[in-house]
Amino acid sequence: MNKKNSKFQLNKTTKSNFITYLLVIAIYLIVQILLAGGHMSSLMEGLLVPLCIYVMLAVSLNLTVGILGELSLGHAGFMCVGAFSGAFFSKCMQGAMPDGIRFLLALMIGAVVAGIFGILIGIPVLRLKGDYLAIVTLAFGEIIKNLVNVLYIGRDKNGFHFSMKDSISLHLEEDGEVIINGAQGITGTPHDASFTVGIILILISLAIILNLIHSRDGRAIMSIRDNRIAAESVGIHITKYKLMAFSISAAIAGVAGVLYAHNLSTLTALPKNFGYNMSIMILVYVVLGGIGNIRGSIISAVVLTLLPELLRGLSDYRMLIYAIVLIAMMLLNWSPKAIEWKERVREKYFSGLKFKKGVK
Amino acid sequence: MKKYRKIISAVMASAMVATLFAGCGNSGDSGSSSADNTAAADNAADNTAAGGETAAAGNNGGTTIKIGGVGPTTGSAAVYGIAVQNAAQLAVDEINAAGGINGVQIEFKFEDDECDAEKSVNAYNTLKDWGMQMLVGAVTSGCSVAVSEKTAEDNMFQLTPSGSSVDCVKYDNSFRVCFSDPNQGMASAKYIGENAIASSVAVIYDSSDIYSSGIYEKFVAEAANQPFEIVSAEAFTADSKTDFSVQLQKAKDAGAELVFLPIYYTEASLILSQSSTLGYAPIFFGCDGLDGILNVENFDTSLAEGVMLLTPFAADAQDELTQNFVSAYKEKFGDTPNQFAADAYDAVYAIKAAGEKAGITPDMDMSSMCEAMKAAMPQISLDGLTGVGMTWDASGEPNKDPKAVKITDGAYTAM
Amino acid sequence: MSFISYLINGISLGSVYAIIALGYTMVYGIAKMLNFAHGDVIMVGGFVVFTIVSTYGLPPILGIAIAIVICTALGMIIERVAYKPLRNAASPLAVLITAIGVSYLLQNAALLIFGANTKSFTSVVSVPPLKLAEGQLIISGETIVTIISGIIIMIFLTLFVHKTKAGQAMLAVSEDKGAAQLMGINVNGTIALTFAIGSALAAVAGVLLCSAYPSLTPYTGAMPGIKAFVAAVFGGIGSIPGAMIGGILLGIIEILGKAYISSQMADAIVFAVLIIVLLVKPTGILGKNIQEKV
Repeated sequence: MNKKNSKFQLNKTTKSNFITYLLVIAIYLIVQILLAGGHMSSLMEGLLVPLCIYVMLAVSLNLTVGILGELSLGHAGFMCVGAFSGAFFSKCMQGAMPDGIRFLLALMIGAVVAGIFGILIGIPVLRLKGDYLAIVTLAFGEIIKNLVNVLYIGRDKNGFHFSMKDSISLHLEEDGEVIINGAQGITGTPHDASFTVGIILILISLAIILNLIHSRDGRAIMSIRDNRIAAESVGIHITKYKLMAFSISAAIAGVAGVLYAHNLSTLTALPKNFGYNMSIMILVYVVLGGIGNIRGSIISAVVLTLLPELLRGLSDYRMLIYAIVLIAMMLLNWSPKAIEWKERVREKYFSGLKFKKGVK
Repeated sequence: MKKYRKIISAVMASAMVATLFAGCGNSGDSGSSSADNTAAADNAADNTAAGGETAAAGNNGGTTIKIGGVGPTTGSAAVYGIAVQNAAQLAVDEINAAGGINGVQIEFKFEDDECDAEKSVNAYNTLKDWGMQMLVGAVTSGCSVAVSEKTAEDNMFQLTPSGSSVDCVKYDNSFRVCFSDPNQGMASAKYIGENAIASSVAVIYDSSDIYSSGIYEKFVAEAANQPFEIVSAEAFTADSKTDFSVQLQKAKDAGAELVFLPIYYTEASLILSQSSTLGYAPIFFGCDGLDGILNVENFDTSLAEGVMLLTPFAADAQDELTQNFVSAYKEKFGDTPNQFAADAYDAVYAIKAAGEKAGITPDMDMSSMCEAMKAAMPQISLDGLTGVGMTWDASGEPNKDPKAVKITDGAYTAM
Repeated sequence: MSFISYLINGISLGSVYAIIALGYTMVYGIAKMLNFAHGDVIMVGGFVVFTIVSTYGLPPILGIAIAIVICTALGMIIERVAYKPLRNAASPLAVLITAIGVSYLLQNAALLIFGANTKSFTSVVSVPPLKLAEGQLIISGETIVTIISGIIIMIFLTLFVHKTKAGQAMLAVSEDKGAAQLMGINVNGTIALTFAIGSALAAVAGVLLCSAYPSLTPYTGAMPGIKAFVAAVFGGIGSIPGAMIGGILLGIIEILGKAYISSQMADAIVFAVLIIVLLVKPTGILGKNIQEKV
């Protein structure tokens, strides 16, 4: 990230970004060919949309963790906000407008609502530092999950009804319909998500994030990460840039949430899908893929989502092995000793393949 | 240096991806080979169904009928998923030993969904790759709803043992063995009202759980028509379910004679012990989720003295069927079976009954098998663990009577 | 009257959080890492005592002693295998992620060994409950024991850190690892000792948690672990008395929030209070404010 020599380096970053886009497009094409040829198992076919969702989440969190340099443990909360607002819109407008436009609007609403939450939460949270910031984002994520679980919204001929207690206190008329039913969430969201939409959304997210990183704003954000006091002293508006990165990250997570909601017919805010466990899981993608390394996030999100599915053959031992593999991958990728060892191995056996490094 | 490290990690990660994708091609095979663990009888089926041809999925052109199961075997809901897995396997083994369905052996395979809707769809797809023709599952309501969307798309016959929320049987290909949540809430309120068990009632429910909040809502709605009053209704959530002192204190202060617990037995066991610490001894009344409380390892059953519950199954019932099931289950898995196990056992036998009625054969594809099963389900009558003479509506709901039982001297007695 | 009884319940719950938070804060203070696996070490402690007392019928005191030994060994093994290789990693987040991996590992290993069925833990506490105001207010024996053990542990830890050579070494390591090493302090040994103490405390906390709330599953430790982490931050993470105060306050807030605001939103209330406290005092109640220098 520490670019000094402008002309040559700029060229290199363009090239690097180009490879990232190309990677996504190549995966898309390969998958399409496999699908057309019928060589894709149902499992892999079913995993395509979730993979897109997790890639988007990982890439967006990398903006906060890698580029802004703040540890957020509440990313799933933004996903939750996006999912519920998008699904709510789709449920209300189902049949009132063409499906394509409705889905597009749902995606935008998810992004906007999650982005607004990002700003609202970001203003107080970003004053804190380090682990304290982490715990407060975790707290916000849990609050969102908890509030969504007690949210009841229904609709009848008199308009919308709202309650924080139970669906009975909505006092709906005979023709009424409960749209968000507390812990039972939203059921029957139309199934609009597809792999193509997912890939398009990934490309858009990548375009936003990569352009941001290599823009003036992005450099300002990274300067805050590297040395906040120095950045402040050269006149960089800390709060503005922090909020910018944080809310963009939240908005992309919101879009991923909308995609999530439109992929399954049931949407409930459980600890499993929108709790701190999920936030941590997204953080795992980011750290394993390399903090600040967008392409790494994509790869590790894909690997870690596929891993438990590919381990299904182990039946009972599946999650145990998954945990061991996770620890082993972390040690291999991050331990200074392992890195040194890998370098030695590379020099010994692959010294002829030096050009490979230039490609990156 | 930092940059270099990133390059290495990216290269390493991509190498790992490459090996994983290389593994993908075989994943179907490795998945089906693990079926050896679960496949009950002669495993003659050729496993070519995996790997690709989704069009042909569900038709293994072979000699066995493939039934799949989906439920949580890891994660905090694992206890329910494992019970279903074990009991369904037990039923399959019994049926195979007795000659199978129409003389055809059954293969059974169970996949973990971690109680997550998204994972349940993955589990379902894995089973489809294996060549599943009928589904027993999913175990929990949320997952069941998510999977039913997929089974409806594929037209696969689905029978959930324990998915109790209304939407689980929304489509005409899905049926269930357990009661629906509203049904239980209504039955509980009616039972309390008609038998004049109490005049003031408190409710403690899990507001973050589909099952519990579903029963609660219908209970409150029906209570308006019954001669008792709800004096306190307090919730807890999945994240704060260790301390129930506030909920109990409020019920006590409101003078509730009966506390209605539409929750699972794990939390109920804590409520009972905390209530005794508090010196509060109302009548506790629960639904089928409370079944299993007597079998919590090391639980002081005297705490559960006088607890009433509406449940279709009791592990210590005296009829031969239940006794055989319980002893076989204990012998094989070392635990006493709970409600979920009983539902799963009945589900497999219901499939057998309907399958024999419909005359299904292993070479049918899943869609035509589903049509045949759908037509046969309303015609069967099953004497199972959870009810005698159970029948099904075309809507997917079972017709059976809930039995009210009371715990006396650490055992269920009929009321 | 009901307010006082809620308050007592809050203190009971809080004392359990406090005793878990003590272990959390100890490890964080010295090793500067959030040990997400701490809650699962607590669960292991609970299962060891359960196995020894309920399955083999041996006396509880023996169970607790064995649990402390096993958890201490477990904590040191985890530290050696999963955390130490990453101590000098390029980002402190790396070790956070392996801690999560260890947490999954312990949960799933316990699931395979002990099964998913809930076990009912027999309380190891034989102290009778304290009845006040003609039996209207009851303080359970578990609460009394938990609070007393919490205070004893707190005093012991404070004395240990400030009065012994090993404790001084811990303080030095927590201030500046490099300088401590130059002063001849065995940094690796000191951190291993910290994990040993933290894990021994986890075993004690596991026993008291399971005695107060007698339900044991492989996931028992996870949620109290997170709550205790919140409590430790609340009191000022790294501060030993802070953990005790944070834990008890958290318990009281949770119970009073449930009682007077909404039982459905208890979690939201707890976290909202935490956020407010941190916004007013960004390093927690007793946390030290370290001025950032250029």
